[in-house]
Amino acid sequence: MSAVFDTSRIIAVRQSAAMRRRSVLLGLILALLAAFALALYLGDYPVPASGIVQSLLSPLTGLADRSVDFIVLQVRLPRAILAVLSGASFALAGIIFQTLLRNPLASPDIIGIAHGASAAAVFCIIILGWSGLAVSFGAFGGAVLTALAIYFLAWRNGVTAFRVVLIGIGMAAMLAAVISYLFTRARLNEVQQAMAWLVGSLNAARPGDSIVLAGAMLVLIPLMIGLVRALDAMELGDDTARALGAPVELTRLGLMLVAVGFAAFATAAVGPVGFVAFVSGPLARSLLKGAGRGFAQAALVGALVMLVSDLLAQHLLPTVQLPVGVVTGACGALFLLWLLMASGRSGRVN
Amino acid sequence: MSELAGNRAQKAARLTLGLLLLGLALAVIAILSLATGARAIPLENVWTALVAFDPNATEHRIIWDLRMPRTVVGLMVGAALGLAGAVLQGATRNPLADPSILGIHAGASLAVVLGVAVLGMTQLSTYAWMAFAGAGAAMLVVYSVASLGREGATPVKLALAGAAITAVLHSIINAILLTSPRTLDEIRFWQVGSLSGRSMDIALQVAPFLAVGMILALGTARLLDGLSMGDDVARALGQRIGLSRGMAGLAAVILAGASTAAAGPIAFVGLTVPHVARAITGPGYRWILPYSMLLAPILLLGADVLGRVIAPPGEVQVGIVTAFLGAPFFIALVRRRKLAAL
Repeated sequence: MSAVFDTSRIIAVRQSAAMRRRSVLLGLILALLAAFALALYLGDYPVPASGIVQSLLSPLTGLADRSVDFIVLQVRLPRAILAVLSGASFALAGIIFQTLLRNPLASPDIIGIAHGASAAAVFCIIILGWSGLAVSFGAFGGAVLTALAIYFLAWRNGVTAFRVVLIGIGMAAMLAAVISYLFTRARLNEVQQAMAWLVGSLNAARPGDSIVLAGAMLVLIPLMIGLVRALDAMELGDDTARALGAPVELTRLGLMLVAVGFAAFATAAVGPVGFVAFVSGPLARSLLKGAGRGFAQAALVGALVMLVSDLLAQHLLPTVQLPVGVVTGACGALFLLWLLMASGRSGRVN
Repeated sequence: MSELAGNRAQKAARLTLGLLLLGLALAVIAILSLATGARAIPLENVWTALVAFDPNATEHRIIWDLRMPRTVVGLMVGAALGLAGAVLQGATRNPLADPSILGIHAGASLAVVLGVAVLGMTQLSTYAWMAFAGAGAAMLVVYSVASLGREGATPVKLALAGAAITAVLHSIINAILLTSPRTLDEIRFWQVGSLSGRSMDIALQVAPFLAVGMILALGTARLLDGLSMGDDVARALGQRIGLSRGMAGLAAVILAGASTAAAGPIAFVGLTVPHVARAITGPGYRWILPYSMLLAPILLLGADVLGRVIAPPGEVQVGIVTAFLGAPFFIALVRRRKLAAL
């Protein structure tokens, strides 16, 4: 009996979990800062480190060097910021769905939400002949509509995680068929244009994209934190949560809407970049080894995966600039595989 | 006790009758598949073509040269996809597991893309071997990655490893397709999944693999029932977990690889048909497997027949019709019935 209520041991376990959370968070922040600095430094046009610092401070100091300022402030900085913001958004969308639906496969790029955005965008490109910002609006609408359709189709005296997942994959299959159909009916150059959008890219990053996304995140993150508190009760299962008086449906709907918001805004900004949403949650959790839910860590992992992938995409091949979406899959997946192999001992992947 | 045995016998009789009815439905759809197309052939002519083949009659030639191979391939591919999906969902205990998530389709696709882009392949029959090799290689990698570590290939690790490998392979596929328009043009039609233009050679090429795969898959029923109780219980009952998963995985990759070789990656069938089968039979893979094996070709051939007449003079590929036909039905089923969780 005494062993069960040994408070000093419980406190020790809690402290070590808190330590682990903090050290993972710190490590990820440092890695992200390093990658960010590298993203500002690397490029075809060589700028010394001092020049970059001077350029970053130029709004304060008034020391301007027009060509360097253009490279740093107009090209590299917006791109790096957009990578960080979109990576974090995808990651949060992913980990919310994975937690809510209690299935590591249930990220928005598998249960149909990314498919909704993609089908809408391909429709806009191939049938309506749109391009640029208009396609982003279409994709945003597609993601939100698909998510709402999944939720309401899954509603039947409440919503169960299992039903959402199954209806999501049904929708995903149908939307993927729409894309395939449009691909077989279109001219090759339209297919190429649509394909480029589907892969997702930061090549056209503008400061405006980051501002919209940052604004959305400023609204969504506090909402998420409030709703996640209610998640703790839901983790015990629907019935227990209901018995404990947690407003299960409302919390779930609210959190799903927040996750859809993250996914939709990020997709509108950079396209449906693959795998970041899927991989960030499991990566964060295996780093934490069970110490905590890992939302903040997942967001940092997502930002890191996106930023490093973009660096690789730009500089891996000497002649070709790959779109970031080509690399996130490989980069995120190799990271996950390494963790899968390394986690054999603890066996805690999710 | 005797009442329990009576109930069980009654259930078995009901399910056997169901299987017979499904077999009948499949036969009807197969005959429809011989009769429909750009040129509709009356059923009595289909019958004479089957029993008294006349090489000079155009309709007989259409049936034997074009529609018979297509129907046979459709039957085989459908049965294989249904079984592969059911076996994979049982082995990973994940309702989302199917050949397209566990890396099999992506491996086949990458192999075909490489074949087209690097080796300049243009023939469907050469695609088939590439697809088969790619599917096998991908599943091998997925399984060995997932089985590293002390506790072997747990369901979660299999699912994650499958999704990770799929992502890597899709990255490479996308990189090739973005840089080589010729390959994109060739692949976009294969990628959809189609039964048109399949010759009897393709059917004969993949038939032995499908036969072996089907026997293996049906043989895993008891093992899957064991796994469905959870690894710990199954182990306590004396089952060898790793061996069971390995056998199920082998069956699935042979089936899914061969079907992808014959018809391209068709995603929806393997994913959803097992859920429909489970809704009819209840738990127990001894029934889920044969039901999946009959339901899937009904869906696939039915979709193919519809795809031939829906947009004359052209055709809509079977992969597209299956999704459009199957998804609303599947969603309605998920809404109406309480589908058994895995």
